[in-house]
Formats: sequence, C-alpha cells, structure tokens
Amino acid sequence: MSLNRRQFFRKAGMVTALGLGGTFVITGLRGKVEASEYETPQQGLVAKRWAMVVDMSKFKTEEDYNRVIEACHSVHNVPDLGNPKDEIKWIWNEDYEHAFTSQNNRYMEENVKNHPFIILCNHCENPPCVRACPTEATFQRPDGIVDMDFHRCIGCRFCMAACPYGARSFNYRDPRPFIKEIDPDFPTRTLGVVEKCNFCVERLEKGLMPACVEKSKGGLIFGDLDDPKSEVRKIVSSQYTIRRKPELGTQPSVYYLVGGGDLV
Amino acid sequence: MYKGGRIIASLVVFVALLSFPFFYNIGKSNKGPVINLNTPAIQQLAVKQCVEPVEWMRANHMKLLNQWREEAVRNGKTVYINSQGKSFENSLQTCVNCHFDPASKESDQFCVSCHTHTAVNPNCWSCHIWQKQAAQ
Repeated sequence: MSLNRRQFFRKAGMVTALGLGGTFVITGLRGKVEASEYETPQQGLVAKRWAMVVDMSKFKTEEDYNRVIEACHSVHNVPDLGNPKDEIKWIWNEDYEHAFTSQNNRYMEENVKNHPFIILCNHCENPPCVRACPTEATFQRPDGIVDMDFHRCIGCRFCMAACPYGARSFNYRDPRPFIKEIDPDFPTRTLGVVEKCNFCVERLEKGLMPACVEKSKGGLIFGDLDDPKSEVRKIVSSQYTIRRKPELGTQPSVYYLVGGGDLV
Repeated sequence: MYKGGRIIASLVVFVALLSFPFFYNIGKSNKGPVINLNTPAIQQLAVKQCVEPVEWMRANHMKLLNQWREEAVRNGKTVYINSQGKSFENSLQTCVNCHFDPASKESDQFCVSCHTHTAVNPNCWSCHIWQKQAAQ
C-alpha cells in the first residue's frame, strides 16, 4: 500500500481527532462535578481591611501576656519545643528596644523601655513575605490578611528572610510530639513548613473574633480599618499609635497604643 | 548462534521467573480492602449518602478534596453545595466526622485501609488529625 502526501495527512488527521475525542469522552465523564458550588459562610465576619490595636495599658502582669499567648497557641496547635533555637511562635513578647528598633532613645521613659510588647504578624499591606514566596504558599487575601497555605509551603524560608519583623517560624523538627493537647479542628504543621499568625481566619469564618482578642480583656482591639465607625479606626485616627518599622513601607496592620493609660 | 542453547534456556528461565506472579495468582479472586462504614456517625444518618454519589466519590474524591482545599484556603469559600443542593463545610474534618471510627485502630480506618490496599500514600495525616485519641 502506498499513500500520497494528501492521503497521509487525511488519515493522520482522522486518527488524531478520534484519539482526542476518545480521551475527552472518558475524562469528560469521569471528571465532571455535577452542579456543585462554593460559597462563603453566611455567619462569617467580613471586612475590607482587618487590623489590630494593641492597647499596652491593658498589659500589666505576666498573666495578661501569657493568657493571650496561650489562647492562640492552644487553638492553633503551636508546639512548645522548649528551646529558643527551634521555637515556634505566633504571638509573643518582645521588649521595646527590639520591637521598635528605629525608635529607640537612650534616655526614654523607663516604663516604656522595660515593658514588654505583644508581637505578632503585622499582616502588612505590602507584605515582603508574599513577594518572596516562590510557590504562593503565602498570599494576601482581599481583606488584608496575609494567610498561608501550608500545603504549598516547600520550606525554602525565603519568607523568613524577607519578613522584617521575625514573625515567621520554621519547623526544624516534627512538631506533633511537642503539642500539649492537639485540637483536631486545626491541622498541626509538619517538618519543613513555615508558620505564622493568620489573624484567626478560621475563626472569622465562623463569626468569632480571634482567639487572642477574645482572651485579652480589651487589650487587643480587632476590626475593619476601612470602616470609619469601627473601634480600631476610631482609636487609630484619634489617638497616638505607633507601628513597627514603618519606615520600611510595609504598612503594618498592627498598631500599638502607648500612653493610652498608664503603663506599668 | 554462538551458545544458542544456553541463551534460549536462560531466556526461558528469565521469562518464567518474571511471569511467575501472574501465573501463580491466575484464577484467584482479589480480596479487596475491608472498608469500614460502621462508624457511629454513619449509623445515625437516615439516608446513608456521602457528599456526592458513591460511584462518583470513588473515582473523584481526590479531585474534590483538592478543589475543597483551594476554595477553602485560598478563596475563603468554606461552604460546598453538592449536586443535590445540600451544603457542607468543605473541610477534611467533614469527612473525618463521619468516617472516623473510634472503635477501630488506625490501619482499619476508612481512608487508610483502602489507601494501603492500593498502595497510595497521601500525606494528609501528617498535619490533619483523625481524632484526639488517634493523634497521640
């Protein structure tokens, strides 16, 4: 049998069409999800730009700090590895000198100087971690929260180098054995994954305030900075607040109200 | 052929060895995994149906779970409305709530027994949790 050029192309085309059509029939039938949809939960809290105000006057005793830290770390299965080198932290204490490195003054008020500040991820408007992440595991939601998709994290730690606030921790060890009591409603992390505060997106979806805010007895105020009637907006626009390293242009969403009451 | 006899004999032995498992198992039926559907949560259901029809779930549960993950984590859409119009929270915990059997050990759980049988190793459980007691 001999084919001329035209016959060859015709036959080749027919075979290709058959092959493609066949796969489409099979995959088309198997892969079809019948009329299913996805929706945002009705009871969820929504905002244009979530933000937090830390009222330092409400943090007086060590218990005030620990209560807040414990609330967060227990709902998010944050392990306690017992040494600062491997430490995993979502919310923690830092003294003024290290938290506000560029606003340091040798002769400043002793109360402010020695008073620890509550530190967490700033959920920046221009997050450097999101730009650094090669897999888009860290991403910014439309409501301003810088969230992580742990499934995508490959553990490269570029985000940790990029974050000017040290808000990210890396799992150098399997965290599971170091979690006091595992809460099955939130996944643990695994070896080789970076983690950080997520402004409790999983709680906001259920209509709850973040765990730390709930336990802070008014020390942490959470709300929509874009809404002129919200409490955070009122505080930020009427009282003197400071943010960490504002000169970097990341536009942090965590504001510190100092001198709102009396520190100590 | 140089040393033809030996070559052919070796080839016969080689092919026989290679195909031994096929001939050995010929005619025997495959037992299949023991699928545990006898959990307290499933027993309480009036209509025993998964989020989508069983046949479809068997073929596509992994795709559905990937979709759930994308929608919930990245798009904040945590409600899944299935083909019958019923809504579910699209979380792996929704699956676990029904399929976890506190009376069984880890290897007999719904997902695990089937994945073991088919030699699939999804790494869901390195982060997600069956239940409190199973996690420890």
